[in-house]
Formats: sequence, structure tokens, C-alpha cells
Amino acid sequence: MDKHFHSTVNVDDTNRLVDLKQVDETIIEIVSDSGEGAQKCGQSLGAISAKMGNGVWTVEIIPAEIQPPARSREGASGIRVRIGSSKVTNMGNHANLVVALNEQVIYGRLRQDAYNANTLMLLENKWASHVSEDIRIQYKEAVNEFRQIGIEVFEIPMEEECLKLIPDARKGKNMWALGLICYMYSRNMDLAADQIKLIFKKKSQAIIDLNILLLKAGYKWAQNNLSYHFEIPPIAVDHDQVVMNGNEALSLGIMAAGIELCSMYPITPATSVSHHLAEHFHKVGGIIHQAEDEIAAMGFAIGASFAGRTPVTVTSGPGLALKTEFLGLAVMAEIPLVIINVQRGGPSTGLPTKVEQSDLLAAMYGQAGDAPKIVLAASTIEECFHFVILARKLAESFRTPVILLSDANLATGVQPFTRPNIKTEWFAPPYDQSPWQAGVSPFDWNPETGLSKRPIPGQKGGMYTVTGLAHGSSGEVAYQPEVNQNSAESRSRKMASFQRTLKPPKINGDSEGDLLIVGWGSTLGAIQEAVQQARNEDLKVSSIHLKFLFPIVPGLVEIFARFKKVVTFEINYSDTPGHPMITQENRRYAQLASYLRANTLCNIDCFSNVHGQPMSPDKIYYRIKQELSEEQSNLSHLK
Amino acid sequence: MLNATHDFCTIPMPDEHYGLNDYSKGMPRWCPGCGGHSILTSVQRVCKDLQYPPEKTVAVSGIGCSSRFPHYMGTYGFHGLHGRAFPVACGIKFRRPDLNVFAITGDGDCCSIGAGHWVHAVRYNMKMVALLFDNGIYGLTKKQTSPTSPLGTHSNTHPEGSILPPINPLQTTLGISNASFVAQTTDWNVAHLYATIRKAAEHPGFAFVRIVQRCPAFMRDLYADLSGNPENLIYLKSENGINLEPNAQRKFERVIEHNPLNINKAREHAEISDGIPIGLLYQNTENPRYDTYGAHNLGMNATDKKQGIRELLDHYTIKNNNS
Ligand SMILES: Cc1ncc(C[n+]2csc(CCOP(=O)(O)OP(=O)(O)O)c2C)c(N)n1
Ligand SMILES: [Mg+2]
Repeated sequence: MDKHFHSTVNVDDTNRLVDLKQVDETIIEIVSDSGEGAQKCGQSLGAISAKMGNGVWTVEIIPAEIQPPARSREGASGIRVRIGSSKVTNMGNHANLVVALNEQVIYGRLRQDAYNANTLMLLENKWASHVSEDIRIQYKEAVNEFRQIGIEVFEIPMEEECLKLIPDARKGKNMWALGLICYMYSRNMDLAADQIKLIFKKKSQAIIDLNILLLKAGYKWAQNNLSYHFEIPPIAVDHDQVVMNGNEALSLGIMAAGIELCSMYPITPATSVSHHLAEHFHKVGGIIHQAEDEIAAMGFAIGASFAGRTPVTVTSGPGLALKTEFLGLAVMAEIPLVIINVQRGGPSTGLPTKVEQSDLLAAMYGQAGDAPKIVLAASTIEECFHFVILARKLAESFRTPVILLSDANLATGVQPFTRPNIKTEWFAPPYDQSPWQAGVSPFDWNPETGLSKRPIPGQKGGMYTVTGLAHGSSGEVAYQPEVNQNSAESRSRKMASFQRTLKPPKINGDSEGDLLIVGWGSTLGAIQEAVQQARNEDLKVSSIHLKFLFPIVPGLVEIFARFKKVVTFEINYSDTPGHPMITQENRRYAQLASYLRANTLCNIDCFSNVHGQPMSPDKIYYRIKQELSEEQSNLSHLK
Repeated sequence: MLNATHDFCTIPMPDEHYGLNDYSKGMPRWCPGCGGHSILTSVQRVCKDLQYPPEKTVAVSGIGCSSRFPHYMGTYGFHGLHGRAFPVACGIKFRRPDLNVFAITGDGDCCSIGAGHWVHAVRYNMKMVALLFDNGIYGLTKKQTSPTSPLGTHSNTHPEGSILPPINPLQTTLGISNASFVAQTTDWNVAHLYATIRKAAEHPGFAFVRIVQRCPAFMRDLYADLSGNPENLIYLKSENGINLEPNAQRKFERVIEHNPLNINKAREHAEISDGIPIGLLYQNTENPRYDTYGAHNLGMNATDKKQGIRELLDHYTIKNNNS
């Protein structure tokens, strides 16, 4: 990213005429202690920008605790907003601008490599004159340290300015900061005022007015004191768009799928799906059930599905673990059901608020016994919406549970996408109550496809007993070797029949070359951006992104064969080769890599980590170069 | 009235009349003398007497000897996971108010592995009949101590005798907020068993029935003197309780007048240890029901749904800026 802040500023120098500069994109962070409203500020900035027609991606910066100690490095709470003149698909690399309400939270973000010498920092300066000498020293040292890195630091009297309007600056500084940013990036102030009305819609008019006043004051202050003034031209779009985060998209997808019940137990980062549903689900005839735990949530959903209602259950890693026994039952008893797993860091309680893609194998293989089921992964916010509809359909058509994977990055990421045109055929049809066809058994497995039709309570003549025990086609408990073999085969056949309907994945880039990157889930945007950058330098790299994980998509072996090297990029753990304890034999691969190696017998490598952060295009790009130079040296070594 | 219907009735029946056969399927595989047999026939009789359409009736269970129950019913059935009958039963009932649900559970199933769900199912108070087959032992897995095994029970996990006092399922249920129906009966007093299940089926809420059940295979001695000696059953008598014919009533030597509206007295009777109080300990027909909540807003048509989502999407929409 080129540095688009280059002139110096004189804070005392007011009312100068400032050039308006055009930039293609910018990355802005607002960070603070938690509870200071940085996220509200950034979400508003994202929404205003999206409404102005810009491409947008937001990532929330969330401390694991609700109230970490004030001014702590780990307590950085805030948001990153990437705004562009074309579609933005990921969080990008280093921030261009950071607005910080204290200097300590910056350290936490520096450790995560969020800033570099090209970052401009607007820092609350009240700490410089704080009553505590310790704090004054900390502040001074920090500012020096940041400047040594090359960061331009401007100390801004945010508190002082806000106190001119309100008695408690903690409540309102965020909107003052929003005004500041709105000036710097020429955001539409009418839209900004509308946004304030929206976020404070449950508050009094006086509060709305005050916040608009703060917004305007911040704007005015920037106009008078800052020489930075930019414009980010909008994308020309000829259709309506919607802008929302991944969890809102999941919730709307649930509604658009005609799902009638969401049975859940609260768990970060999945919970906000249920908050959204709780507010709006009744508008489409749906209802939320907050169960006593995830086991019950799953059992309740299974019961509802058995009775013909269309349920979903939404959870995250630890919840998925609790649901496994019931998941096995749903496979065994062939009960259609959508399970959404918004992944977080694991194992165990892990990194509750951070991104990871570590539940892939648990989703595919996490049950006792052989329990094949469909596993999908959304890679964009738009897919969070559409894949629920797809998953619902697949569940019913193949009489199976379907796991839809999302992750913490998609959950809070905000991105515009084409406004969906809701279709009746997306909705689950009303359950059948006509008499059951005589002579047809409840598991009348088609020998070729494994498919069968299920009776719904209320259907006369369809009475049968679901059981998790081995059973024959009439549902009767049966332990005979051939019956068990046949029923296992039938459940497996369904996966094969579904797989036959899939197409090979699209290749991003040339269909042959030196390096193929394979990704899945939320890394799509960053991978594609990095691949593009590498291809601009004539590197022979392409990528594919897998959305259907289980069963495996067709055509992979053929695609892999056309590349000298195939590497998965994933946010989960793998052993780094080169460590003295790690050998060719004992090296643990990233999850998708393990799966692809086993299924294709191709020598697939992986690049992965568990830093709890989205992968930045930069990191992927450098890794691409490294992979290619390794490839080069391997080849010359062979010669 | 329905009570008076006889199986050999000669009056022509409308097509829709269901006989006992309509509620049975297969041969129960319980041991001879197992309490399960009489419970099964009592449930089938109640279904018949209330003329539940078999296709509108679901028997849900967990895992255990007792949980084999749905396989022997001619209705829909769900034989699920150990301890998890209640969540499944509640999920079935939540948005299907037209279905009659029986939840079948054993003492290990309900009071141990599924204890969390038990507490919440009572509190949800959805209309269904919950039958706890309490034989004081793990039957299916062959004689391990259950949470209701009397202190000192010799089992395969406690050969020297169990070391903790048992859970009292009545007392526990009575202690859960929103409990609305708590009754106790035994497998061997069939008239009372039938009357209790019948009363439970007619209760507008979650009707919890603890059935003191014999297990001749593993707990031969537990109720030997109790079942042999009618003196050990204490009949809870009340106008609005579970009432037997005067003849049948007269067989009880020990009778306690008990008003099932009185929860404090119910708790007192639940503690009786020198006999088995049978009858309705507590009933409250006014408690909030979670299934009424689940049944609202059902069956919205596609047009309204579409309209609902479109209006919601409007809030997220950015108009095309090219027009
Ligand atoms: C998750 C799980 N744990 C353990 C078991 C093994 N198991 C099956 S039934 C049972 C206990 C049954 O006792 P109870 O609930 O009293 O039923 P009964 O057989 O006495 O009717 C156990 C431990 C199981 N099926 N599933
Ligand atoms: Mg038992």
C-alpha cells in the first residue's frame, strides 16, 4: 500500500485550503478500551461508506473479556474498516489510519502487525496531562516509540473538545471521532446523521441530537486543523445491494430458507445470529428456542424435524462437540437438519472471539461410528446468506444433517452484496400430511442412490419408530450383518449421489502453473488478492476455493496434476517442517491438506497458523514467493 | 364415558374408531415379570379410551430397557439417545400442538444422564405425559447403581453396597419451578396405573408420573414385600385427585386425604419412607406452558414470509447509484 499521508500538519494552522486527494482505498482502525464505542464508530463508518457506494470490509477487534482493565495492551477493542473504490473482500494489510483513544491499546495491535511506518495515528492527548505521573510517562514513552517505528503520530485534544459539549466525554467521543474521519475521507454527512439516528433509535431525541452535534464538531475540528482530505470514489453498481455482517446474513438466510425454528444455546461468535433472529424471526413465522444446553438444542431441533418442522441449530466449536452424539443419531435415523458452526479458535474454550478454521475434520469425522453427512463452508458474507438456503434444501433432499461452516471473521465482517431476490422455492414446503403410500417402508432405500422418503407424524399409515440402533428398511431394530452393511452403504450412497451433482471448482488464474493455492472459508478474498498481486508480477500461481467439503468435489486430482506444487492455506494448526522433532512421517498437516492428501493421494503441502487472526493478503503473497523460490531451488537441486 | 367402552362392543363403530390393536406393534422383549408390560398396556388403553389417532401420537424415549417402549407402540415413535428423551419430545411438541406426546424414561435416563433436561422439561411445562420407569437400577446395562437405588444397594458397580442416599424423583420434580403435575403409581396396581396415566394425559401441561417398577432380573427383592402386601401402598385420596372405583379404593388399608393443590403437603408426602404414597401429589393447571408459545405464529404463507424478509432487507439496502 502506498503511503497516502505525506504532508506534515500544523495543528495550530487553521482555515487553510487543503487539496482533496483521490485514493483507491484506505484502511482505518479505531481502537480504545472496551466500552468506549469504537466499534459503533467503525460500524457506522462502514455503513455510511457502503451506502455511498464504496466497497467495504470490516473486522472487529474484540478482547476476550467483557471488561478488560483500562489501558491494557490485551484490552484493545475496536474495529478495522477497509473502504475501497472496488469490491473489498478482506481486511487488507497495514492500516493507513488509526484513531486511538489511548496509547496502550496500540501496543496490542502492533504486536498483531496491524500498523507500520505508513500508518498515521490520531491519538487522544489527554494522557499527556493526566494527574498520574506514571500515566504521563507511559504516554510520552509510547509516543516516542511509535515515532521511532516511523508512525506519524498526531496528538489530538479529543477529550477537551468533547467536554465543550458534554459532561462525560466517554459517552460521545466515538461520534466526535466519526466526524473527524468523515471529514478526512469526505463521507456524506447527511448519511452520517441518518446513521446516528438509526443506531440510537431506541434512545431519546435529546441523545440523538447531542450525538449529531458531536459528529459535526469532530468534522469541523478536522476541517480547521487537519490537512488530510481524501476522497474514495464509489463503485458504479447498476443493481441494489445489501450491506450486513456474516451473522446477519446467516440469520436472513435462515429466514429466506423458510426455516421455522432456531434451537440454540448462546456461544460466541455464533450468538449474534440468534439475537438477530430473536428480533425479526416472527416476521416470517419463525421462533427461537434457547435450550438448556447444546445437546438439548440439537435434540429439540431433531424432534422438530422429525415432526415435519424445519429447524436450524447455530453454534460454535465447543457446542459442536456437545452435539456430536445427536449428530450421529441424525445421520443414523436420516433426519434432515441444518447445523451452523461459526468457528472460533479451539480446542476447548480456545480463542472465543477469534478466527480459526479448526473444526473441519470435527465436522466431517467428529462422530462415533461411520456418520457421513454433508459439510459446506461459506467463504463470503453473501454465501452466508445463500448457503443456508442451499443447506436446507440439501438436508431435505438427501434426508441428512448438513453442517454449514462459517467463522469469526465472516461473523463480524461487513460487506455489501447483491440484494437477494427472495423466491418462494427457497422456502421449506409445508410438511406432508396426506396418507402414507401403503407398502412403502420408512427407509425404502433406493439401491443406487441410497435415497428414501420419510413419513411425518400425522401421515396416516406411516407410523414407524425412529431409532439410533441398527435398523432395516422398515425401521425395525436389526443386528444381522448384511442388514447393517446395507444400511451403512445406503447412507454412504447418498453422499456419492450428491457428489455426482457437483462441478469441479473454478480456477482463479491459469489452469496450470507452478503453484496452486487451495483455500476454504473466509480466506477467499485475501487469497485472491494475494494471487492477483503475484500474477501481476508474472508468477505462475492460481488458486481454487472449496465450498463443498464433504463429500469431496470432483475433478481435484486432475486440477492438482497441472501444477508443480499444491499448497493449502488455512487458519488452523500444522507442524512446520524443519523442527528437529518433526519428520516427513510424523508431520501433522493442516486439516484440509490432510483430507485432500488422503483422498487424492497427491503430495499436497500446507501453510497454516493459529494466530487467531484473518490471513492478510501480504502474508499470503510473501508465502507465495517463498513457496515458488523453494520450488525453484528444489528443481535446481534435482538438476 | 369413554371409560365404559368395551373391546367386545357390538355396537357398530364409525370408521375412525381405534381399538387396542391400533396401538400395539410386535412382541415386547422385556423379561417376564418386568413392570414394563403393564405400563405398556395401560398406555395403550389410555390412547384407545381417549381415541388418540395413532398417526397423531408419538412415543419418545431415551435408552434403557424401559426406552424400548416406542418399538411396541403402533403409533409414531422415537427411540433416541440415553438421557435425551425430553429435548426430543419437547422439540416434537413445540410446533406441533396437534400431536399427543408420551415421553418414556428410565431412572438412569432421567435422573442421571438426563437430569439437566428433566429440570428444564418440567419448567417448560409442555403438554405431554412423562413416564419415569423407576426400577432403581440400570437394567439394560446389567445392574449398575442408579441415582434412585436405595442406600446400600449391591450392584455391579457397588458390590459392597451403594454409598450415597438416592434422589427422590418426586421431591426433585416438586422443587422445580413451574412443575404442574406430579403423581406416583406402581406397575403392579394396574387399576391405579391406568387411572394415573389417564389423569396425566388429560392434564394441560407436563405431567410427570413416577412409576415404581419391578425389575425381577436385577432387583428381585426391592419391592417384593411391597407388591405382595397392599398395606405398603398409601392411597392419596382427594376429590380432584386420581380416583379409583370405591371397591378398588377399599382395598387400601392406609389412606391419606391430600389436596393436590397443596404443594407443601405434597412435599411432606413425597418424603414418606415406610410405604409408597400413590396418587396425585400436585397439580396446577394454570402454569404457563411453553408449547403455547411455540404454537403461535404457525403456518405463515409464502407471500407473507416473502413480504417479511423484503421489508427487513430494505433496512440493509443501498440503492443502485447508477440510475
Ligand atoms: C451416552 C451413553 N452412555 C451410556 C450408555 C449405556 N446405557 C444404556 S442404558 C443405560 C442405563 C439404563 O438404566 P435406566 O435408565 O434406569 O433404564 P432401565 O434399563 O433400567 O430401564 C446405560 C448406562 C448409552 N447408551 N449411551
Ligand atoms: Mg432403571
